[in-house]
Amino acid sequence: MINISKSFHGVRANDNINVKVSSGEILGLLGENGAGKTTLMNILYGIYQPDAGEIRINGHRISIDSPKASIDHGIGMVHQHFMLVQNHTVIENIALGYAHAPWLFPQKKIRQRIVSFSEKFKFDIDPEKKIWQLSAGEQQRVEIIKALINGAGLLILDEPTSVLTPQETRDFFQVLEKMRKDGQMIILISHKLDEIKRLCDRVTVLRKGQVVGHADAGHLDKRTLARMMIGRDVIFSFSREKMPRKEKVLEVADVRVDGDKGYPVVNGISFAVYRNEIFGIAGVSGNGQRELAEAITGLRTVTHGQIRINDIDITNQSARKIHNTGVSHVPEERIRFGIAPNLFIYENAILKQHHQKKFSRRAFLAYGRIKAHTRQLIKDFQVATPSINVQTKNLSGGNIQKLILGREIADKPDLLVASHPTYGLDVGATEYLRNQLLRRRTEGGAVLLVSEDLDEIFELCDRIAVIFQGHFMGILESDDPRIADIGMMMAGTSDLKAGEGADASR
Amino acid sequence: MLHVKVSDREQISALGTFLTLVLALAAGMVAIGLLFMVSGVNPFFAFKKIFSGSFGSLYGFKETITKAIPLILIGGGLALVFKAKFWNIGAESQLLMGAIFGTWVGLNWGPSLPSPVIVPLMFLAGFLGGALWGLVPAILKLRFSINEVISTLMLNYICAEFLTLLIVGPWKSPKKFGFPYTDDLPDSAILSLLPGSRIHTATLIVAVVAVVVLTIVIYKTRFGYEVRVIGENPDAAKYAGIDFSRTTMLIMVISGGMAGLAGVGEVAGIHHYLSYPDSISSGYGFTAIIVAWLAKLNPIYVIFSGIFFAGILVGGDAIQISLGLPAATVAVFNGTLLIFLIMGDFFTKNKVRILAGERG
Amino acid sequence: MEEIIISVVQRTLVAGTPLLLGTIGEIISERSGILNLGVEGVMAVGAVTAFIVTHHTGNPWLGLCAAIIAGMLISIVHAFASVSLQSNQVVSGLALTMLGLGLAGLLGKPYVGKPLAIKINAMPIPFLSDIPIVGPVIFNQSPFFYMAMLLAIGVWFMLEHTLLGIRIRSAGENPKATETQGVNVSLIRYLSVIGAGGFSAMAGAHLSISYSKSWIEGMTAGRGWIVIALTIFALWNPLRAVVGAFLFGGIFVLQYMLQPLGISPNFLAMLPYLATLLVLLVGGLRDSRRLNAPAMLAEPYRRGER
Repeated sequence: MINISKSFHGVRANDNINVKVSSGEILGLLGENGAGKTTLMNILYGIYQPDAGEIRINGHRISIDSPKASIDHGIGMVHQHFMLVQNHTVIENIALGYAHAPWLFPQKKIRQRIVSFSEKFKFDIDPEKKIWQLSAGEQQRVEIIKALINGAGLLILDEPTSVLTPQETRDFFQVLEKMRKDGQMIILISHKLDEIKRLCDRVTVLRKGQVVGHADAGHLDKRTLARMMIGRDVIFSFSREKMPRKEKVLEVADVRVDGDKGYPVVNGISFAVYRNEIFGIAGVSGNGQRELAEAITGLRTVTHGQIRINDIDITNQSARKIHNTGVSHVPEERIRFGIAPNLFIYENAILKQHHQKKFSRRAFLAYGRIKAHTRQLIKDFQVATPSINVQTKNLSGGNIQKLILGREIADKPDLLVASHPTYGLDVGATEYLRNQLLRRRTEGGAVLLVSEDLDEIFELCDRIAVIFQGHFMGILESDDPRIADIGMMMAGTSDLKAGEGADASR
Repeated sequence: MLHVKVSDREQISALGTFLTLVLALAAGMVAIGLLFMVSGVNPFFAFKKIFSGSFGSLYGFKETITKAIPLILIGGGLALVFKAKFWNIGAESQLLMGAIFGTWVGLNWGPSLPSPVIVPLMFLAGFLGGALWGLVPAILKLRFSINEVISTLMLNYICAEFLTLLIVGPWKSPKKFGFPYTDDLPDSAILSLLPGSRIHTATLIVAVVAVVVLTIVIYKTRFGYEVRVIGENPDAAKYAGIDFSRTTMLIMVISGGMAGLAGVGEVAGIHHYLSYPDSISSGYGFTAIIVAWLAKLNPIYVIFSGIFFAGILVGGDAIQISLGLPAATVAVFNGTLLIFLIMGDFFTKNKVRILAGERG
Repeated sequence: MEEIIISVVQRTLVAGTPLLLGTIGEIISERSGILNLGVEGVMAVGAVTAFIVTHHTGNPWLGLCAAIIAGMLISIVHAFASVSLQSNQVVSGLALTMLGLGLAGLLGKPYVGKPLAIKINAMPIPFLSDIPIVGPVIFNQSPFFYMAMLLAIGVWFMLEHTLLGIRIRSAGENPKATETQGVNVSLIRYLSVIGAGGFSAMAGAHLSISYSKSWIEGMTAGRGWIVIALTIFALWNPLRAVVGAFLFGGIFVLQYMLQPLGISPNFLAMLPYLATLLVLLVGGLRDSRRLNAPAMLAEPYRRGER
């Protein structure tokens, strides 16, 4: 792939990227979420088309305008989120994309192929089983067979171990080794350093849409890789003045939460957040932080443990009750959860507070007060809009985020939970939002910040916890020198011993 | 090579929406004209007759208003539920249930009560009947995840059969020469009409008031706000702590109830006795869906779209008589106009460009 | 007594034939993910087209072909609205019903009261129709019946055991996964809806050129809506649809016959709809996976961009 560039709505997802793979080689594509790895591979697989650049196979320039074209060229992809029809059997799923499937009784021929694959890679898959009956590891194997059955010379794997247990991961590594021996070309997308180091021959590191480095197997050093991935040597920033610790606002005790698929994604987390403090949860997306935030704000049930706000037990209370206790939430997917896009700005400005006395008189909404409040809000939070009578979906992403943030902060909540608040925003909006979070802190509020952006974490947080696979790898004060290892903690390779972290209340 | 590129349209003015509507209706009329020609009917003559039949004469206009009453009532209620994206196709049967409950009250309590007492009681009973019947699909969806399109369709038929059962059985009047009709409602229960017309004023007033109230509720109350958020973005509604179950049930009670009121209006104002489902509901429940849709789900506009479609119904009757066209002609009208409205709707939401060059 | 039973069964099979035909088509459409509420209208179009063409050409088989083509053509409207315009499938389905019923009434007006000289009569199958009892009942039926049965089995086979069937079903369950495997979901859905139109039209044709030999407005008498209920009752399986079609058909045949026994015909008429609701209810209580409803039924699918 040569000089590939791609933008979405003005945001550069891929910026002039060059990548090369040869047969019998596993190339690792390393980077945080949002670095552009998946976008790049989706271009290779034909789901997106690049704005600029070209793709060559064996020196010949080719054009890939759909997944079908990609499959025809011998490229197969196993996506991070499986593309399987849950209600159908293994055979039916594989038959779907098999280019040479016979029209009549395709099951017969495919069953044979499945069996031969199973023997080759020791897969042990029952072809007649329905997908929903299989474990994550087994489903992944189905995806791999799907990709290979069309004779893919190049196999793209997107975060393949994100849903696997340690045992399944070990099995998976063996499969990859065998493939490499067979001369297969593999591109492995991952944020996990252990994996990259163990499996890959070469590594390309992406950050914020650009290539920031290549490395060979012999020169793989986890620390260097981590530094390339997050883009900095850790700098200690004291732009915040230290504030004395006051009362506890949030207390989370041994909480376990189930994910959408039904198995636990938060496995016993305990911590506390105090007034005048910004507590950061750092970690790559998908390690349980979203579900944890949802549990705290009442959008998801807790299967074990307790959550207290100002010493009031709010475990599994309704979202509205928790909001009334003084918790505000800036959600991760802001368009999806934070606003009703077709409604006007002033209507969204009171989305969670519409039932409060200050905005309503009995059953009626007090539009006068609502509009005044909105005007104040967009002034205070610098939301750029021609008027408040505009449909909310017409604002830019940054302004929507500012609106949501303003809405949540204006309440002066005791606890503000902010999930990836500046993701995808331009520099100006980012700076502004971060200042607002700091202001909240100074005013006496507590802020729980979930973010993948380490710049943000270091700039804002008093204490930092690193989450990996549903656990906190450690909780550190921001001036703790072990922060330098944060990249490794995010990638799962380092675990602070209990008691060494800043989780004890003083 | 040429290809079509479709993208989201960001903003459209109220004027733009209105113009697109008019354009769509005009295009629809042209298409209908063509269909007329194909069937051997002179389109210009047909349209002239339709217009004069529905709006051109005083008699026609009064008939139009008469038919608009149930359309406005039901359409208003549908606008509410459709705004929450709850697809209530069962207004036909909610109307019938209202008619059944209202008739029972009218027949049993009517003889002993004066008009000012029995009429409101009938309306109340009708509202109750429609509301209860409307609650069923809501509960089926909330508790059993049954798709409301299916359940309301099924309930339509179940109710129609139930009514038929009543009128050929226990409720059949001995005085109707063997026809499956109920007794006539007592005089006190019959709605008074605007002199010289068939307009039953009580229901008309209820309809207009209801629609106005509904508009206020949707745009000015907390409840209406919650309904709109649910329809716009159920995820955001959940995040905002809105009670999905309670809201869903309430809107179906209102929608079903309003259809029930229309049912009482039809029986107490027009027919004066219960008979076959088709004669009582006359497809109002389905036509009201288009009425609500044309009004862009705004109850106030339902008054206009209701009158418009009532005009089509009356005009359809007119050319049926004068040109000998079948009753189904109205259906052609409704169907064609609806299709063009769907296309118009698409253009208000999307920009379509035809470009030259490679795709992507 | 025996004659009554035979007559009832015979008439049940006749009554169920158009139901079965329509349901087969609707099953294909819904399994690909598109809810098609326009069945009643397309059926009417099929009936009137078959009648008119037969009237003018004297060849009912030509009429049947014309009907199928007409049904497919008019279904393009719904396919276009649902797949390309991504509009609300309920609304566009209702539009199709209204348009179909209206057009049929309009075009058929000159033909009311002019019965056909020729129609498709029952075709006894040699030997088989001589089997006592069973013979005349099952093997002396209209060709539509035989076609319906063969098509039911054929479509079942297609859905379960061919590649096309897997693709259709996947388009309805998970269009995104289907698209990434290189299958054109839009095309599949278009073909499914158009195909369903052909089936509904065939059902209508049965009414006007086989069951009877005349045309009246409103001939379809709500059968299209029964088809929609039947599709769900059959849990989207053509073989179950066979059972369901004849069950529902049987109820309508028996409706008035059981009246002397004190069973209200209206109560009987309610049963198919109640049964459908019951099937859904039971499915909703248990694991909905077993319900087999295509997961993405009636959800518009837009290909591509983020």
